[in-house]
Amino acid sequence: MRKERGTQGVAAAPAPATGGIGSESHETLQHYYRQMAFIRAFELRAAEMYQRAKIGGYCHLNLGEEATVVGLMAALAPEDYLFTTYREHGYALARGIAAERVMAELFGKSTGVSGGWGGSMHLFDAETNLLGGYGIVGGQIPPATGAALALSYKAEPDAPTPAVMCLLGDGTTNIGAFHESLNLAAIWRLPIVYVIVNNGLGMGTSVDAASGEPDLYRRGCAYRMPGVRVDGNDVLAVREAARAALEAARKEHQPSILEAVSFRLRGHSVVDPARYRSREDTDKAREEDPLPVFRAQLIDAGALDLSSAVQIEEDAERVVSAAVEFAEESPFPSVEELFAHGYATPVPNAPRALPGDPVIAPAGVARS
Amino acid sequence: MSELSYRQALHDTLREEMLRDESVFLIGEEIGVFEGSYKITAGLLAEFGPRRVRDTPICEEGFVGAAIGAAMLGLRPVVEIMTINFSLLAIDQIVNHAAKIHAMFGGQVSVPMVIRTPGGGGQQLGASHSQNIEVYYAHAPGLKVVTPATPADAKGLLRAAIRDDDPVLFVENLSLYNTKGEVPDETGRIEIGKAAVAKEGRDITVVAYSRAAVIALDVARRLEAEGISVEVIDLRSLRPLDRETVCASVRKTSRAVVLEDDWLSFGVGAEIAATIQEGAFDYLDAPVRRVAAAEVPLPYAKPLENAALPNADALIKVIREILDDTRYQR
Repeated sequence: MRKERGTQGVAAAPAPATGGIGSESHETLQHYYRQMAFIRAFELRAAEMYQRAKIGGYCHLNLGEEATVVGLMAALAPEDYLFTTYREHGYALARGIAAERVMAELFGKSTGVSGGWGGSMHLFDAETNLLGGYGIVGGQIPPATGAALALSYKAEPDAPTPAVMCLLGDGTTNIGAFHESLNLAAIWRLPIVYVIVNNGLGMGTSVDAASGEPDLYRRGCAYRMPGVRVDGNDVLAVREAARAALEAARKEHQPSILEAVSFRLRGHSVVDPARYRSREDTDKAREEDPLPVFRAQLIDAGALDLSSAVQIEEDAERVVSAAVEFAEESPFPSVEELFAHGYATPVPNAPRALPGDPVIAPAGVARS
Repeated sequence: MSELSYRQALHDTLREEMLRDESVFLIGEEIGVFEGSYKITAGLLAEFGPRRVRDTPICEEGFVGAAIGAAMLGLRPVVEIMTINFSLLAIDQIVNHAAKIHAMFGGQVSVPMVIRTPGGGGQQLGASHSQNIEVYYAHAPGLKVVTPATPADAKGLLRAAIRDDDPVLFVENLSLYNTKGEVPDETGRIEIGKAAVAKEGRDITVVAYSRAAVIALDVARRLEAEGISVEVIDLRSLRPLDRETVCASVRKTSRAVVLEDDWLSFGVGAEIAATIQEGAFDYLDAPVRRVAAAEVPLPYAKPLENAALPNADALIKVIREILDDTRYQR
């Protein structure tokens, strides 16, 4: 069972109202649809490539979360910092990282964003301040909080700073690192927004089963941290709520929680058939799928015509195909580079033995 | 040269590095107003203010992780974890994050962070507060783990650790804080990853680190009077490990014993013994022995605690056994 959703639940501040589709330019709306359609196409292709064993390890998709992803990234300024979970392909794409570099990372190629060292869960791009996807649930939250500490350390007292956006899933709100970090952000007034992407399920465990306080936006109450819940299927509502939270973080150093509620369209990862989900919930997720809903809204409002919509979708497929081709043709990292990232500051005696190598050279033979 | 305590050497180095580099700041529990549980940071809050000397709530995972994030943005946090026992509350951040971030993200970012923390038993602090668990961290690629035994090494290694771009676990020892020694006045660094020949000798090699290295040196001097020449290797750094210096010594002496405060099984001595049998097998006249802590949670009662911890007598006994077994002639 899921809690009733909506924007009515407010801990300390109301979710800002949006003017709705009518108050947005057609270009902006089309841009958001283009990004959402692109993430959808990318993720469906990633699933296919995983099933064809082009992608290894775990592979978690943003399917069903596209409105949340695009709304959040529309609000995040280039100078802001982003820490994400392992379900982060869409964020990397919406942050402006080329699809080919993201797909190449999933393929484990040297041209990937993390040089083939990270894979699906560990996308990192210094240029766009994407400071990592993190595979350990909740692991990103203390470092994200520390990044906000660094921003505040480097600024004059009370001067505006860039902000940090730290994404986490609903299941993560039960982890100690989340609560320790919220407390630090509150006592030190750090410029950070903790975004809880609530898709209703932590793997197969529902929010209600896992959380003593299932209204997750209220979980900062113990730290007097404001929280807002927003409909994660509404890209404009997400963007407005994120903008307000980020502004408060940047200008007032007010940390806060933003909960975006949406559905995961598929299982926890590509290999999960999600049998624990009721037929009813699955149907509901499909009905509320933000992509066709937003498409229909734009067409109804005259912001997008059918042929443009089709064009956007075909363009997405084409770019994703090119990304797959790029990933396919890119080389794997060379085995000679296995120890290339051992240490940032080289030191003597750093290990370089491969399995089966002697750990030490025979007497009298100097090791390089 | 001036004579300083290990504590003073740490304090002075922190202060000098903070004066030198604005990006260096201290973070940890009770380091500011309380001036540190072991007073390493005494006076620094008054001198540098709360921005540079940041007291934290009791939340090791939170503040160690926060230091990682600050380091990713170019600051140089020096974290104090009150004792190494409490580092286990932060082991996810240390091992899964600090140690991984540089490589896992393809070398795009580094974590120039130091975690200072004292280990060690012998203070009647009971099982949960008396551990030597540096080997947990020495096992993890991506970390650097250093274990200074003397005030001079405390200074030189801390300076090197703060200026290093990788996460360094800087393991202190409760029983060393009041020890004194000559410390060079110049601002030199001691290279991380290199062991020191603390005393040269011909007859047997003792490999040790931290408190054990001090005991080993003392034993070596005592046995010198009997005409037994002991070479003492102070590892200084557990990761990276200077295998060559250890093996070069054993190739000379043909006998080796490891003195270590950690538990025997899977401990530092196990790694050293394996290294010696691979790097100096043909030179060995006797099996490599280990003098390590008894494998029990360390008891409170003084006679039991004493019995469980390695000491000079145990080391001397083992040295004599090895020498006798190899028909050593004085």
